[in-house]
Amino acid sequence: MDLEFMRTHLPLYTEAAWLTLRIAAMGILLAFLIGLVTSITKYLKIPVLTQIANVYIELSRNTPLLIQLFFLYFGLPKLGVVLSSESCGIIGLAFLGGSYMSEAFRSGLDNVAQIQTQSGLSLGFTNSQIFRHIILPQAVSTSVPLFCANVIFLIKETSVFSAVALADLMFVAKDLIGIYYKTDEALFMLVSAYLVILLPISVIASFIERRVRYAGFGDTSAVSG
Amino acid sequence: MQDLGIQVLFQGRNFIRLWEGLWVTLRIAVISMAFSVLLGFFLGMVMTMHNRAVRCITRLYLETVRILPQLVLLFLVYFGAAKHLGINMSGETAAIIVFTFWGTAEMGDLVRGALIATPRHQYESAGGLGMNTLQTYFYVIIPQTIRRLLPPAVNLLTRMIKTTSLVVLIGVVEVVKVGKQIIDASRYQTPTAALWIYGVIFIMYFIVCYPFSRLSLWLEKKYEI
Amino acid sequence: MNEVLQVKHLTKSYEKDEPVLKDINFNLQKGEVVVIVGPSGCGKSTFLRCLNLLEPIDEGSIVLGGETIGRKDKNVHQHRQKIGMVFQSYELFPHLSIINNILLAPVKVQKRDRKEAEREALALLERVGLSDKKDAFPRQLSGGQKQRVAIVRALIMNPEVLLLDEITAALDPEMVREVLQVVLKLAQEGMTMAIVTHEMEFAKAVADRVMFMDQGVIVEENTAKEFFAYPKTERAKQFLNTFHYEALEI
Repeated sequence: MDLEFMRTHLPLYTEAAWLTLRIAAMGILLAFLIGLVTSITKYLKIPVLTQIANVYIELSRNTPLLIQLFFLYFGLPKLGVVLSSESCGIIGLAFLGGSYMSEAFRSGLDNVAQIQTQSGLSLGFTNSQIFRHIILPQAVSTSVPLFCANVIFLIKETSVFSAVALADLMFVAKDLIGIYYKTDEALFMLVSAYLVILLPISVIASFIERRVRYAGFGDTSAVSG
Repeated sequence: MQDLGIQVLFQGRNFIRLWEGLWVTLRIAVISMAFSVLLGFFLGMVMTMHNRAVRCITRLYLETVRILPQLVLLFLVYFGAAKHLGINMSGETAAIIVFTFWGTAEMGDLVRGALIATPRHQYESAGGLGMNTLQTYFYVIIPQTIRRLLPPAVNLLTRMIKTTSLVVLIGVVEVVKVGKQIIDASRYQTPTAALWIYGVIFIMYFIVCYPFSRLSLWLEKKYEI
Repeated sequence: MNEVLQVKHLTKSYEKDEPVLKDINFNLQKGEVVVIVGPSGCGKSTFLRCLNLLEPIDEGSIVLGGETIGRKDKNVHQHRQKIGMVFQSYELFPHLSIINNILLAPVKVQKRDRKEAEREALALLERVGLSDKKDAFPRQLSGGQKQRVAIVRALIMNPEVLLLDEITAALDPEMVREVLQVVLKLAQEGMTMAIVTHEMEFAKAVADRVMFMDQGVIVEENTAKEFFAYPKTERAKQFLNTFHYEALEI
């Protein structure tokens, strides 16, 4: 392997990695918000909005990100909506991730036993107080492992951004292969770059998962008769 | 809009060509899935063995496949094979290799999960009823394993279909490529073709994936223990 | 009369099924402890849940301190504060420490001063022998300890009535005693309680009055001494017999 080549082209990769991370961070944040809003909408069964949330979730979960991006980037301009590559990446990731975050949070909400609500009622809480002080904190804690899994999943999904002309890691690697035919070096650096990004996150994620499991949330061992 | 862009779909064989394009990726998904199920069953059984070395190796395989984006794996095989094996592997072959490699890991983990989820005392009580090992597996263990396995396996198939959309990025002529050809060919008569074509491809993926998601959910409910 | 709680002609059914509670009449005097016993599915738990307005009722009325109360009342949350309830499955809030479990309702619902409420909470924890657990989390406690915390959590609201729904049913036998001891002490101090339980020895010790329910109706009602020594109805006799294993003919 040509170490000199790798050294001189390293900045290309770090730059691309930062771009990927920046877009991923914004997309994931938006996805998180979409997930929170849609899951609470569904949990509270707000009419009309619940149906809209359902249609959105099905559309988002049953189509590939790549196709979503093509539509945003090449299709929408024909309606006069011209988005930059970066905006496309962020919106696409948010559109995809929103439904995954929604399902994650929804499972957290469903995991809080009905009788916790009754226990709150018997102490004189109102429904909105129960939701705020009892259900929400528990649901967030139980869904943390799923959130983490989604973060990893979504960062991996960013690898298709080159399709909408974003100069991300895949883009750089493909470029170096195409121009210099330095396949080994380009691929080695590509894999390394993704490992550097994803390994720490997945280690943190499994650490958090153990913590949450230890906390015993969603423990249903005590059942009521 | 002065022209009805959707008409581009119904010129000549355009609509049929799009479905033929989608079939290319679906075929890759189905073939990879078939291999993954076969190999995954084997891997899953191996993974339940108590041998430390075996556990380490299978774990490493699973984590490697999981942590890297599938597109990176595709690049590794597609470009790497071209360089080192000196063969010009078709994108389709590379895709089947990569998706089988990935699918086997996922399927193996599902099989392992289903096998260890069957409680020890199920084996014992079957033995206690006088069944031999073969009967125990045939009448007691395998039916339970399949019930646990079917919903996530169908889910994996949907993920496989969505992920195979990536093959366009390694030059396979599939639905997006066909779409681009149609858009290019009708650049002058139908300037808004991109909007319609990408919109239709989006819907086509939805039409294919949605039934499988429903099926997976339905199976999950049906087999709930 | 010093009636804290009165129930008149209460009837309840789920969906279109046979009613689970049929024309129940029930009084609870101040300082009185009533134990409700009966076979599984007789409606005794449902009855307690109706008293706390957790279940809608079809007919009849529930009168608390002279005021008729219902689930649809605007101030239903105020009513519930006057009726404390402890569940079989404890239902502590897993995301909060013990002290915060106890303080959540007084601070958020009653808007009491946190400092003052905390003093009372600590005093109550002391009484149930758990003051050293105040910063622990529910997962770190045994079932018996959790249940004692649940009792404290209900007591700090200063309820006029305390409802206990099979609070020892999920506990290991060796933990039953520590929980029931707390309840006995409460009874001696004059707490008004309605208790559903399967622990007959405990019922004998704690009850002023026993109510025997079967198939949604009150079959027999008597002082604890009378009921256990001389059950009047055939159904009550049969029920009490199920607790005597030597009576089984094998």
